[in-house]
Amino acid sequence: MRPFDYRRAGDVAQATAAAGDATAAYIAGGTNIIDLMKLEVSTPARLVDISRLPLHRITQTQDGGLRIGAMVSNSAVAADMAVRQRYPLLARAILAGASGQIRNKATVGGNLLQRTRCAWFQDISAACNKREPGAGCAAKDGPNRMNAILGVSGHCIAAHPSDMAVALRALDAQIEVTAADGATRLVAMDDFYRLPGDAPHLETCLAEGDLVTSVILPPPTAETQIYRKIRDRASYAFALVSVAAALRMQDGRIAAVRLAFGGVAPRPWNDPAVEQLLIGQPPSKDLFVHAGEALVAPAIGHGGNDFKITMVQRLLAAVLREASE
Amino acid sequence: MRLILTVNGADHAVDLDPRTTLLDALRHDLDLTGTKKGCDHGQCGACTVLVNGQRINACLALAVMHDGDEITTVEGLGEVDHLSPLQSAFLTHDGFQCGFCTPGQLVSATAMLTELHDGWASHVTENLTETLTAQPTSRAEIAERMSGNLCRCACYPGIVAAIEEVVVRSRADREAAE
Repeated sequence: MRPFDYRRAGDVAQATAAAGDATAAYIAGGTNIIDLMKLEVSTPARLVDISRLPLHRITQTQDGGLRIGAMVSNSAVAADMAVRQRYPLLARAILAGASGQIRNKATVGGNLLQRTRCAWFQDISAACNKREPGAGCAAKDGPNRMNAILGVSGHCIAAHPSDMAVALRALDAQIEVTAADGATRLVAMDDFYRLPGDAPHLETCLAEGDLVTSVILPPPTAETQIYRKIRDRASYAFALVSVAAALRMQDGRIAAVRLAFGGVAPRPWNDPAVEQLLIGQPPSKDLFVHAGEALVAPAIGHGGNDFKITMVQRLLAAVLREASE
Repeated sequence: MRLILTVNGADHAVDLDPRTTLLDALRHDLDLTGTKKGCDHGQCGACTVLVNGQRINACLALAVMHDGDEITTVEGLGEVDHLSPLQSAFLTHDGFQCGFCTPGQLVSATAMLTELHDGWASHVTENLTETLTAQPTSRAEIAERMSGNLCRCACYPGIVAAIEEVVVRSRADREAAE
């Protein structure tokens, strides 16, 4: 690990002031960044400890939603009774990820901002445009079983590893961000992550010093919420493919549906055209097959991850069948 | 950096490079070598300790971030002639072979019992909102909740059986007390 200057922030203003340049990084739970610093994938000159900022509460919002402080642990979100009762999708997604130890330490803000587990990104001897712009992409030709099939570019095929963020996407969460000048803004999950394009090192809409302070959930709109994840072992593994669905049936037809996909794209994937295709229709095997085909129409496999193109269609059909029963 | 690490109830003043993980501070600076360094990347759980009662991977924690926190290591669970219920159950059920992962298993399981008692759900819990303390704890629940602790000797049947015994016994004790 490279040497760094450590500072503990007492409040949000101190944090954003201390982190306002490219050599600084925030640390909260640390479960990802400490690992990346050991690997020297991440080499911040200054580490700003935000773990003691007063962002540890889950509170009701006026419109009947929930505000989750960015420093709330993943465990605490999954254990919260309001989350379990009204946003079971979120609790399920969190519980499907990592281990008890990691979930206790990892925060909501950190989970959103964790980096890809692309093997080539984590190996500093390999070419990686995300780690070193212009270096190339070893994943395209190398083993790429875990890599993405949707939203990729010729410069990067890394997949976003989060389960929680997939649930937040399907639940239409918003991210509250405080900038270095103290201004606060709300960012929709849709606008939070960038696709790699020709600049895969830029992953979110955040500017230097921006701090994620809360995640805001709107009131739940669908009775049926499902999170299903396929992985290489029964527990403690990243998703090969996951599907989050929030669905409401009315008079035998799909009245509303939000879908998000994990393990397949550089960000929690969502395709409004697939949702539109389902809305107003009675559930049927043909409909679900059609939805899956539309979803993967733009998919690109790189050999080792070709199987995900079939797998995500099958998982989507299984989830839609269960949700519409 | 100067800081106080509170480990197993005792305060230790230390002066550490900010890069020092909690794991290395425990082993090298405080000579508490019960906590093991397995993978050093949060994948094996051999370094599991309790911080303010919750289990974490000490290899993925910077010591400077835990100034003033209450830390418990395997040395704080029991004594040779006063084993904790889990330590005794691991002996009874042969919950280890080489023993390298055992400190992490014991500390992790200790916190897992608290999580069960507090009604936390897991990936395999069928009903998220029912009071879990009222439900039987299946071996599948124990295995899922312990998935952050690997055992290369594959002593999982003994580990799960040991934990199951303590879960059943502590539940019976609680019911008797009520």
